[in-house]
Amino acid sequence: MTPQEMVERALELSTTDGCVVLVDEESTANLRFAGNTLTTNGVARSSRLTVISIAGQGVGVVSRAAVRPEQLADVVAAADATARDAQPAEDARPLVEGGPASAGWDAPVTPTDIEVFQSFAPALGEAFAAAKAGGRKLYGFAEHTLTSTFLGSSTGLRLRHDQPTGRLELNAKSADLKRSAWTGVATRDFTDVDVAVLDASLARRLDWAKNRVDLPAGRYETLIPPSAVADLMVYLFWSAQARDAVDGRSVFAKPGGGTRVGERLATLPVTLASDPAASGIGCAPFVMAHSSSRESSVFDNGLPLAATDWIKDGRLEALLQTRYSAELSGLPVTPAVDNLIMKGPEDGRSLEEMIASTEHGLLLTCLWYIREVDPQTLLLTGLTRDGVYLVEHGEVVGEVNNFRFNESPVDLLGRVTEIGAAEQTLAREWGDYFTRTVMPAVRVPDFNMSTVSQAS
Amino acid sequence: MRQIDADFLALPLRRLADAALQRARELGAEHADFRLERVRAETLSLYDTRLEGASDADDLGYAVRVVKNGTWGFASGIQLTPEAAVRVAEQAVRVAEVSAPINTEPIELAPEPVHADVTWVSDYDVDPFEVPSADKVALLADWSAGLLKGADHVSARLLQVKEQKFYADTAGTVTTQQRVRVHPKLNAMKASASGFDDMSTIAPPVGRGYEYLTGTGWDWAAELAKLPELLAEKLAAPSVEAGDYDLVVDPSNLWLTIHESIGHATELDRALGYEAAYAGTSFATFDQLGELVYGSSSMNVTGDRTVTHGLATVGFDDEGVQGQSFDIVKDGVLVGYQLDRRMALMKGLGRSNGCAFADSPGHMPIQRMANVSLAPDPDGPATEELISGVERGLYIVGDKSWSIDMQRYNFQFTGQRAYRISHGRLAGQVRDFAYQATTTDFWQSMEAVGGPGTYVLGGAFNCGKGQPGQVAPVSHGCPSALFRRVRILNTVQEGGK
Repeated sequence: MTPQEMVERALELSTTDGCVVLVDEESTANLRFAGNTLTTNGVARSSRLTVISIAGQGVGVVSRAAVRPEQLADVVAAADATARDAQPAEDARPLVEGGPASAGWDAPVTPTDIEVFQSFAPALGEAFAAAKAGGRKLYGFAEHTLTSTFLGSSTGLRLRHDQPTGRLELNAKSADLKRSAWTGVATRDFTDVDVAVLDASLARRLDWAKNRVDLPAGRYETLIPPSAVADLMVYLFWSAQARDAVDGRSVFAKPGGGTRVGERLATLPVTLASDPAASGIGCAPFVMAHSSSRESSVFDNGLPLAATDWIKDGRLEALLQTRYSAELSGLPVTPAVDNLIMKGPEDGRSLEEMIASTEHGLLLTCLWYIREVDPQTLLLTGLTRDGVYLVEHGEVVGEVNNFRFNESPVDLLGRVTEIGAAEQTLAREWGDYFTRTVMPAVRVPDFNMSTVSQAS
Repeated sequence: MRQIDADFLALPLRRLADAALQRARELGAEHADFRLERVRAETLSLYDTRLEGASDADDLGYAVRVVKNGTWGFASGIQLTPEAAVRVAEQAVRVAEVSAPINTEPIELAPEPVHADVTWVSDYDVDPFEVPSADKVALLADWSAGLLKGADHVSARLLQVKEQKFYADTAGTVTTQQRVRVHPKLNAMKASASGFDDMSTIAPPVGRGYEYLTGTGWDWAAELAKLPELLAEKLAAPSVEAGDYDLVVDPSNLWLTIHESIGHATELDRALGYEAAYAGTSFATFDQLGELVYGSSSMNVTGDRTVTHGLATVGFDDEGVQGQSFDIVKDGVLVGYQLDRRMALMKGLGRSNGCAFADSPGHMPIQRMANVSLAPDPDGPATEELISGVERGLYIVGDKSWSIDMQRYNFQFTGQRAYRISHGRLAGQVRDFAYQATTTDFWQSMEAVGGPGTYVLGGAFNCGKGQPGQVAPVSHGCPSALFRRVRILNTVQEGGK
């Protein structure tokens, strides 16, 4: 049974007032390596059927993997029964009305496979040889996934989205493992990944690290590169749920009630936005909600997604909404989108130019183990990783020890003194879940390095 | 004892395994194993007594892992026919062949006795999936309603998982297993003139069934009754003064510190660098085995996959190795690591201690954490006695925020609540606290561990590791313990306010 047939058959079988069916067909291939050799690898396929039945205002959601045709009726019946037994769902709203089917709705799924690495794998092998000759060890992970989602509803929705997602994380270490550098790239198909160029950039950073300078904890002028900015802004994005703000339990809640939408967060004209049609980081143009939560509603399935400014010219513009939370907050319906773009002024400089104009400061590579300490301020803690460099008189002069930081990304927006040119990047920590980001480097005059970490 | 569900046993487990393993042999694999899994998970979320979200999902599929010419090959599939299983075996061999040019370390596995057709089921009474969801929602709503009398908002969440695994390998081991786990958690939030704060239940997730919510293993009524008052006290509490304090750490907090600073640091794959680019490595490098002074002489830590109701407890791991118990730290000295079959052989450690795990049929097993636990002192004191020995300190209860560096040196933890200790007595809660330390400094500062009466098995469902990312459930048992002169931060000051 094709996924399209499964959607149609499940909708036919449902006997409740309304029904939404999602079928996710996923294929993935990966290579993992450490110390200039392969460690694990694999290819995998999965197929998931999610049936969302609506009975009055009750909803039943049942999701099953690898459903065989003869099992379909049982899955739908289970969702229907759950819906009939359920108490009214607070987010219950009319299902989204269908329009024309997505282009390519009927086309078969073309899975990814290990062959996606056909040219990359030999290049990686050559990089291992080059690294070994240069006294380096390469570690990392390459993964390619294709997810095809088919969404149908009793109200006529027939929407399809094919999402390729790929990434390479490359980590180089000196032979004694005391120096470490990292880079990562997001890709749709690995044809644009030049592993030799990436390895060369890491070799340069390992050279920077040959001169070691120990610094104590404290507040430092710090250049945060795009990958690390992505990790901070993705966390801010995830924390921007309208419901939490309305309930007075997030950094975006206004003391005394309401939200901080409209409030200036940054002195510089920074914009934080999402756009399903953004070049190179395109993502689903409609809501795909497999279950309801504080930031998503199954009733919103199929709702069109548009370019959305979350912060515009430094001012908080929108929060993550469902139709239900939009009513609670009195704000527009702005559901989450699966990419994030941060931009500053048009004349933003490159990271190299920002380094050249730094008299005395730190240059980070990436951040790690980021966790929330205080939701009221969105204070986060975490570690620097894979290279903290000392910049003196416009040049990198050596590597500094790692630090634990305690900082709020919301507070940082108000303290940033320079925003560089934006580029596509891969968040080091959240890149597992959120790969599509365009971010600038930023300059912070007083980044709080709370304590020294001995990790190298 | 519960039996493995008939509908899982009715799947064509052996037919698929035979087909896949036979094909792998024909294609020249030195080793092959077949693993078929069904993992069912139900999550119920309530907010202010109303159902906010519900999901009932399963994962079903199988994997073939081979060693061909010294290189791993892994593939997984979802079609439950012998023909499809043969194709997946062929795919796994093909993956090994494509990968061979970039493999420089031949794969060999430590020997393990053959476990021919054995069955294991975890210890639980009531299968949570046999309880109607409406009943579970009603119970959570009732608990939430009670808390709402003393809070502005209440969230309630119940996670339930049933994991069924069939494993067979070319050596002849065949295992069939089933285990169940549940994690109920409630959180109460309240605002005041000074801002908002919240407090969660400290009841740990457990390898039990639905009986955990109805009177077995935890006194929910007692914990829920106290929560609003504790939250009110926290909201009115003074902000902590930053500085060095003696700490008495409750097991409800200490389990997570053990997890991060001992559990992960003694995973041999990390110590050898296989996680270097992602989860990280370990300060506890292999050359220090038997010599590293990890902590004080009061420190005795074991890894085990056998403790009743433990979240990492299994009969056999995902390489067919029987679950075991083993020493990690003895009298303060590092004496062991958590292993899988490949690393056990590679480092000359003999038999694997059974720590291979994959979280789904689509993922390759990697070395994952056993239940890593700190032993109580058989004659040790009660928590109150530990507190009585502190002049100026904090007593920390419940886990909350956690973070540790990629070599497991530097950590920072907060908690659900902290009480000031003054002259050996509790003197009310403080807010805005976090403790920060270096792993070996912290464990070397442990002056005393509590007695068996203070021991609690804590844990989590969601320990993350590996690429592709995998999550694993794990428990950590520990007593209350006393630590001298630990750095306490004021988190408001850390935020520059």
